[in-house]
Amino acid sequence: MMNDYDLLIGLAIAIFTTGLIGVVVRRNLLVVVMCVEVMLNAVVLAFVTFAARSQSLPGVAMTFFIYIAAACEIAVAMSIVVLLAKRRGSLDLAHGDELKG
Amino acid sequence: MNIMIGIFASLALIAAVLVVVLRQPMRAALALIAHMICLAAIFACLNVHVVALFQVLIYVGAVMVLMIYTIMLLDDSDPSYVKVFSRWSVPAIVVAAVVMVALGVLLGIAAPHAPAAPQIGTAPFGFPEFSIAFMSRYWLHFEIATALLAIGIVAAWTILSQRAGR
Repeated sequence: MMNDYDLLIGLAIAIFTTGLIGVVVRRNLLVVVMCVEVMLNAVVLAFVTFAARSQSLPGVAMTFFIYIAAACEIAVAMSIVVLLAKRRGSLDLAHGDELKG
Repeated sequence: MNIMIGIFASLALIAAVLVVVLRQPMRAALALIAHMICLAAIFACLNVHVVALFQVLIYVGAVMVLMIYTIMLLDDSDPSYVKVFSRWSVPAIVVAAVVMVALGVLLGIAAPHAPAAPQIGTAPFGFPEFSIAFMSRYWLHFEIATALLAIGIVAAWTILSQRAGR
């Protein structure tokens, strides 16, 4: 019989995979960033599930820092999205052939 | 099994799939908000109320508002709104299935040698315990995190202050 913790780890894996599919198959840059957020949410879910399973308060405290990193990441990512949309006039990733190196 | 965790887990997975398949970014953003709220409910069911609060305040309250403002700033007649999926859909699904199986094996779902898990809701993760532990043990990490936030603001400002078309 699967317990709740195993169910949640399985859910985290399924959500991570869904986000991964979205990152690869979607063409819209904004939706790709959203799918990256879905993947990050899956990681947070796995982290919190393991912390709750091992009853560790430091594990829960460290989740706070994941949120701070996510907030920083989204601020920079949204700036890059706006800049790319202004430069190319499109959010389509198929037009992203100007990156070098 | 906790029935509420099962319900919110199903809703979270459905919302995650909707983020991937919905055509309009605004609808995908609303599905993402629903997904995050379902995850916050799961955290609350696990009795980790602090993280549930962070999830709602930071993710839904701050990150998604920023994302929705960006969606509203940009043009909604983009070609990527019409042709939604790339031509790599089938290889992506195959690779994702392999990743899913690999993660399942690595994380050892329902491993017979795993130690007995405690009952849901017995963890001492209340606000007083968290606040005392956070401010006594992690104050230096917190200060470093504020520096990271400041660097993030400077980076965003630097990117946005570049002239378009260069």
